[in-house]
Amino acid sequence: MRAPAIPPLSSGPTPLYGAYGIVKRFGDFTANDGIDLEIRAGEIHALLGENGAGKSTLMKILYGLLEPTEGVITHRGDVVRLPDPDSARRLGIGMVFQHFSLCENLTVAENIALVMPRALSGRALAARIAALAETYGLHLDPARPVWSLSAGERQRIEIVRCLLQDPRLVILDEPTSVLTSGEAETLFVVLERLRAEGRALLYISHRLDEVRRLCARATILRAGKVVGACDPRRESARSLAAMMVGAQVSALKPPAAAARAGERLRLERLALPAPGLHATDLRDVSLGVSGGEILGIAGIAGNGQAELFAALSGEVRAPEAEAVRIDGRAVGHLGINARRRLGAAFVPEERNGHAAAPGLSLSENAVLSRHATAPLTRFGLLRRRGARALAQAVIAAFDVRKAGPDPAAGTLSGGNLQKFVVGREILAEPGILVINQPTWGVDAAAAAHIRQALLDLAARGAAVLVISQDLDELFEIAGSVAVLHAGSLSRAMPRAETSRAAIGLLMGGSADPAGPPPALGAPAGRPEPAHAEVS
Amino acid sequence: MRLDLRPRSRRSPLLAALSPVLAFAGAVFIGGIAVALLGVSPAAAFLTYFVTPLSEVWSLQEVALKAAPLALIATGLAFCYRANLWNIGAEGQFVVGGLAGGWVGVATHGSEGFTLWILPLMLLVGTLAGVAYAMIPALLKVRLGVSEILTSLMLVYVAELLLDYMARGPLRDPAGYNFPQSVAFDGAARLPYLAEGETLHAGVLIAFGAVALATLVLTRTLFGFAVRVVGASPRAARFAGFSDARMTFAAFAISGGAAGLAGIAEVAGRIGQLQPTISPGYGFTAIIVAFLGRLSPPGILVAALVIALTTIGGEAAQIDLKLPLDLTRAFQGLLLGLVLGADVLARFHVRLVPGGPASPRA
Repeated sequence: MRAPAIPPLSSGPTPLYGAYGIVKRFGDFTANDGIDLEIRAGEIHALLGENGAGKSTLMKILYGLLEPTEGVITHRGDVVRLPDPDSARRLGIGMVFQHFSLCENLTVAENIALVMPRALSGRALAARIAALAETYGLHLDPARPVWSLSAGERQRIEIVRCLLQDPRLVILDEPTSVLTSGEAETLFVVLERLRAEGRALLYISHRLDEVRRLCARATILRAGKVVGACDPRRESARSLAAMMVGAQVSALKPPAAAARAGERLRLERLALPAPGLHATDLRDVSLGVSGGEILGIAGIAGNGQAELFAALSGEVRAPEAEAVRIDGRAVGHLGINARRRLGAAFVPEERNGHAAAPGLSLSENAVLSRHATAPLTRFGLLRRRGARALAQAVIAAFDVRKAGPDPAAGTLSGGNLQKFVVGREILAEPGILVINQPTWGVDAAAAAHIRQALLDLAARGAAVLVISQDLDELFEIAGSVAVLHAGSLSRAMPRAETSRAAIGLLMGGSADPAGPPPALGAPAGRPEPAHAEVS
Repeated sequence: MRLDLRPRSRRSPLLAALSPVLAFAGAVFIGGIAVALLGVSPAAAFLTYFVTPLSEVWSLQEVALKAAPLALIATGLAFCYRANLWNIGAEGQFVVGGLAGGWVGVATHGSEGFTLWILPLMLLVGTLAGVAYAMIPALLKVRLGVSEILTSLMLVYVAELLLDYMARGPLRDPAGYNFPQSVAFDGAARLPYLAEGETLHAGVLIAFGAVALATLVLTRTLFGFAVRVVGASPRAARFAGFSDARMTFAAFAISGGAAGLAGIAEVAGRIGQLQPTISPGYGFTAIIVAFLGRLSPPGILVAALVIALTTIGGEAAQIDLKLPLDLTRAFQGLLLGLVLGADVLARFHVRLVPGGPASPRA
């Protein structure tokens, strides 16, 4: 489809691909708000931003998975339309997803053949796989079943699938999030080679040190808008992070020096085998949270956060009762409601489908987690008036915006539903609160509200455990921070005695988390900003 | 070209209420074409199927007698299906309930004196036998992870053969000229008739009571809430502390118990003795009834009456118009398909989108 060419944003050759004035709205929510992006041949272009900044939306638009509400996409200066991934692929756009879509019980070759045109199969395909493996060092045994492969090898299949279509632009979504550091090094070599061939790469990552090493240009998104473009090699990780995070929306009131009420939550050498291939073993996790304290658990997604939360909540029972203690009582064998009756409350990461049932009304969702601890039943009968009153109390206390008197939870926006599920637990006035990713994908105002509520709860004497990928959040509210990496938890370090760099090192597994913490301020002789991570 | 389904942001209550009616009209229309192709006047067939059975006292009673076990079984099944548990073996639980309860009737044959306890005991034993029989697939699922669909279905054939054996063997009436059936139950082992000289018996009241009770449980109790959450959001249910295993046992117990009670009500009601077969497939038809009634007990009651009506009407059509009985079954299947289809149309916008099939990566 030809249309008048769009003048490029900057001087120089016509960009290979351009996106101009991209707006994407989901209902009232604007995920992308007038984004401009130019990608040139032979560059690795970084797309940076916090969770919820609009990176995934933009990436999906470029790959034809979403159509923009407004704005145009160009290919070599011509306006193009990408109604589906097939058209994107025909224009030479390929994508390597963060979450692999592979069939476990098929072999490498079969998984690749699955997405190839039917004409290309059998021996011809095997030859091309071998050729690619040779050229790029993407070594794969075509006959091996996928279930026997490591994450890095699985990613290679995805990359090979992508390269077989000879793309001009490869979009990589958090490619290193599942890789070990050795595997990541191998990947970087492949990416460099692709760049040297004149292909363009759009590299989406949280890991600023990688971006500074690989990318010559970066576009930084915040709240759906482009807030900056730079050469990451000339920036420090700190300055990049500052651009991503922006100014704080509202300063939080620090907790009044809370009375230390003794240890209320304790994990003692908790070891849990992973429930499945994609899960993480918990290895000898020990921690303690006192009343009045907020302990932060930092870590990159997929390092055992979900498993740790399930073990704390009782959704998964511990092998020994003594592994989990609430106010001194061994509760490892108790279920979630028994732990709630002992004064604990829990907020899981996933709002829709875990913390709340999207098809049920808000008052029914109040019953969901509070039926054991609030007077919501009598002789097994639901007290619907009580449930409605509880839901109303949460809505009023946490300023939950909604349509209608008692709408289905799924109709609320992410931030409002998160305020509801957090408020539902906090109004129970728990002695122990365990919360996983409290402000994930939530707008800044709602995030500030939730963080303040956590600080206030701790100030009233509760022990609060916050699992978060957002280091800024942890440094803002947590009194001390421990790092979860590959299922092992580091020692908790008081906020005043640690730094983002030290935490970042542990998050990347650069120091043995079970061992002594790194020397403060001078992490293992490596330049400090290079390892800071902001997620 | 591909079909694209998008959820309607606003669900019209009128459309939701109207969709089964439209589906029924559509089924009648398509059925009418089939009847016409068989060389019979569609108008005459419509009268025979849907009007005549409602115009006479005896056929009205027949409709109610057919609807009662269907409603009772389907109400129990609704608990399973709501919780995403697939008990396909209600037929077997029905048969085992009838057999166990009927065995009490045979064993107490000829009892003298105070006999008021016999019927309640039969109903209780029938119900418990249904519960116990449904526990087999539940236990296999919870302990070993075996698909309940296969086990519950296969146990149907075990139950049917067990009844066949018992009726021809150990429980056969010794004075019955070798007919494969038990003694006829005493009056104390029969469900009482609701009116003198009529066929309607107290089993109909049991079904009504069960539907009312199930409505209350599903909408007003914490257990009913748990059933709904387990089906709608399994992870949220675990977060609420509702155990998967307990829910599996409870839902299978309820559906097995309801099917067992329906079985003994059929044996102690209409049949009055044990025979090699006691069910014309009630347990399977009830699956259709449960979904026609959208897994809500009041809806199930209506659906049971509609299906019973088409069955009675189908028998009449077979006799009067020489229409095959298979036509009735085809019509029931058609009705289910259209009701489910109408539900989809009421909940989603359907659009034809140009272009190939959606990408597997999308």
